[in-house]
Amino acid sequence: MRLQYPSNVKIICLPCTGKVDLIHILRAFEKGADGVYVVGCLEGACQFTSGNIRARKRVEQARAILDKVGVGGERVQMYNLSSSEAPRFVQIASEMTEKMMALGPNPIKTAKSRMAA
Amino acid sequence: MIVAKKKPIEEIIDEIKGYQKILIVGCNECVTVCESGGKKEVAVLASALRMYFLNQGKDVKIDEVTLERQCDHEYLEEIRKMIDQFDAVLSLACGVGVQFLAEKYTRTPIYPGVDTSFMGVTQERGIWTERCQGCGQCILARTAGICPVSRCAKRIFNGPCGGSTKGKCEISREIDCAWQLIIDRLKELGRLDDYEQIQPIKDWSTERAGGPRKVVREDVR
Repeated sequence: MRLQYPSNVKIICLPCTGKVDLIHILRAFEKGADGVYVVGCLEGACQFTSGNIRARKRVEQARAILDKVGVGGERVQMYNLSSSEAPRFVQIASEMTEKMMALGPNPIKTAKSRMAA
Repeated sequence: MIVAKKKPIEEIIDEIKGYQKILIVGCNECVTVCESGGKKEVAVLASALRMYFLNQGKDVKIDEVTLERQCDHEYLEEIRKMIDQFDAVLSLACGVGVQFLAEKYTRTPIYPGVDTSFMGVTQERGIWTERCQGCGQCILARTAGICPVSRCAKRIFNGPCGGSTKGKCEISREIDCAWQLIIDRLKELGRLDDYEQIQPIKDWSTERAGGPRKVVREDVR
């Protein structure tokens, strides 16, 4: 299909979204990411039974923490789709990019550069 | 294990907001197992606090360390060389660890990062339930291995009371009646005759009622 998706999206490959830990998401924001989204298999289709369910819970935990520290929980999102859904993958990448554009840069990134100045 | 709950981050922020250099100290024992104060929780809290203070425009240094235990001298000694670099320490150990840290390092303020709850078990992933209150005189031999001190709301020794309905306690339908459990298990063990024995009045002086407790063993000193 050779579909194009926004180039600002950096993909980190994992064997299963169950490998995603809360700290991975938080560190991404500490390092300046504007948004993070976790793309897992469809619910009920995890080869490791519940990896994607666990990932969803961790995404929810990250959202709660980011809301409390002033970064904004809406910058983290969980999506579920199957490996054959390339158009949907592109749609999600564009959707998240647009959402981040609307939200503006990660406040941690701006605070860091403000302090360094 | 000693079961603890994470304190809300707002409460922690409120306690430590006046400091510039903070050390978060985790514990590799019970609080790691109950997922409230181990290495992972230390990393998550440190990351969240760093982001919070950065966002507030405050330059606060937050470091992390997780000790094997916080209830033994030798492990607490591991931070002796570094502790003076910090204005405050946030301990994610149980109340025991927090206090032992405070006893050892008298010049540094020590804050608790968890609410210590009880001695209990991992019922299932994410659920921990109480099993022991450390009453100082174990009676499990007489109660088929089920503790009426920690599991009966009234802590009665010759139960059940009138509040037991269909095996549940009157304080909540989710709580098993400890005496129902005791009777069921005695039955299973073929020891129901033991139930007929009237339990003598317990000596509560070995419990907290007798003041702070101490165990001294001359043979191992």
